[in-house]
Amino acid sequence: MKRLLGFYIFSFITLVLPILFPDNYYVTVVGLTVLINISLAVSLNLLMGYAGQISLGHAAFFGLGAYSSAIFTIKYGFSPWTAITFGLLIVFLLSYILSRPILKLKGHYLAMATLGLGIIVHIFFVQADEITGGPDGISGLPTLSIFGFPIDTDLKWYFVFALFMLITVLLSLNIADSRAGRALSAVHGSEIAAQMMGIDTAKVKSRIFVFSALIACIAGSLFAHQQNFVSPESFSFFFSIELVTMVVLGGLGSTFGAVVGAFILSILPELLIVFEDFEVLIFGAILMVIMIFLPEGLFVAIKNKIAYLAFKRYQKEVANATS
Amino acid sequence: MPLLEVKGLEKSFGGLKAITDLSFSVPEGQIFSIIGPNGAGKTTLFNLLTNIYRPTKGSIFFNKKDITKLPPFKIAALGISRTFQNLQVFMNMNVVENVMVGCHLRSKSGLFASAFRLPSVIAEEKRVRDMALEALEFCGLKYYSSQPASALPYGILKKLEIARALASKPRLLLMDEPAAGLNDTETMELCRLIEAIRDSGITVLLVEHNMGLVMEISQTVLVLNYGRLLATGPPRDIQKNPEVIAAYLGEG
Repeated sequence: MKRLLGFYIFSFITLVLPILFPDNYYVTVVGLTVLINISLAVSLNLLMGYAGQISLGHAAFFGLGAYSSAIFTIKYGFSPWTAITFGLLIVFLLSYILSRPILKLKGHYLAMATLGLGIIVHIFFVQADEITGGPDGISGLPTLSIFGFPIDTDLKWYFVFALFMLITVLLSLNIADSRAGRALSAVHGSEIAAQMMGIDTAKVKSRIFVFSALIACIAGSLFAHQQNFVSPESFSFFFSIELVTMVVLGGLGSTFGAVVGAFILSILPELLIVFEDFEVLIFGAILMVIMIFLPEGLFVAIKNKIAYLAFKRYQKEVANATS
Repeated sequence: MPLLEVKGLEKSFGGLKAITDLSFSVPEGQIFSIIGPNGAGKTTLFNLLTNIYRPTKGSIFFNKKDITKLPPFKIAALGISRTFQNLQVFMNMNVVENVMVGCHLRSKSGLFASAFRLPSVIAEEKRVRDMALEALEFCGLKYYSSQPASALPYGILKKLEIARALASKPRLLLMDEPAAGLNDTETMELCRLIEAIRDSGITVLLVEHNMGLVMEISQTVLVLNYGRLLATGPPRDIQKNPEVIAAYLGEG
């Protein structure tokens, strides 16, 4: 109970918001973007924050999920759920085959390789216009139904996205607090020491790469059905960078750090619209100030401070008890 | 019957021979020390034993099994663990989590079981935490268990590496300069700790520069010089060996 207290509070807020404000623009419109971005940031954080393996191509898997749904339902007439399954299969195979050779690389080289992956997939979306519809994309996806219940309003989509996001957060929290999660952090901390503790580091990295790609893929399918439309620009290199920024802003290696980072980065542009031409300028300045003063990330910095104070108090208690 | 047997081991980096035709065996239950001047090849030898470096020639047997070509994580699974000369603590975790990683081989839940937190995972988590706390207690670190590793002083981190290695319940523990950078009191504590490790049934292979410590606790000492075996035997014989004295003090 105590372990997941934060999660329960977070779930409660997420699910109550649309009930209290069903017609609020920030809940049912901006909220959808926030929810999908949180899922993506949390999945990327598994790879980047926990295992310490940077990826500048996460948007590629998000895009592959979206395009699989669009292509298999519209061009080939499969049902939405069959299309999602095909998408998962494709992303599983692609990420699994690529994971071992790519994750042998470290640091800048890994960044380059994943960057290349993102760009190649994006070029495919733009250029293979017979399959992908080219720069114009594909529109007119069928309505997604869950257990025969059609998801046809923004409010219903909010709950679908929220549920998916909460499951992602829960899985991530579970992993962080387990043998598998510690193996990831160990790979991050010292690969050599991790191996000496019996961890097959190549396998651990490959598994989490595939896992995080699959989450991004499902997010892509849901996104495509909700938008009713896919086009290459949603899945460009810039979106991959945005996801990395979310994870770093909130704090690497913390699930709620990724949540906070994704929330801020998705909502800030909306709030800054009032500044009109200066919007981007102020946005950049805020990011810089946060990173200069809280380099560990917003959420993680606050969490560490609390943990430090708690230890100080414990030390005092021990000192008092012994004197 | 030796626990570890090294036969004709050789390692060269380009033209430089770091280890030349080295053969020795480590009996079970001993504190076996390797000494030698700086650059003699001691750490290289540890890296060869754990296959972080691949030997150019020769073979290594652990418990009669050829481990020369096994990857490090499989060597660990057979029961060899080690500490590092330059600390390799997981600075992104707290103390008890560091040691829980040491229990990796004694537990088994995978990524998917962990993600869905199956009942088996919950039971295992508790077991692993207890094992880790036990190892911390053994090394006198229980007080620090919830502290982030990055906040701790050097001496504590050195002990933390030992606790982490012990948590895997190895049969052979390689310790690379555990006393380096410690003060006299800490070195004395370390002495007792290493003996306690040996008494718990773990064979200890020790690389160390502190001669007082080596001569006090070792059963066998092996002297390396320029990657070659110079002498091997009980501490008393080694201290009197003229070749060893020459290597350390220079020939007069």
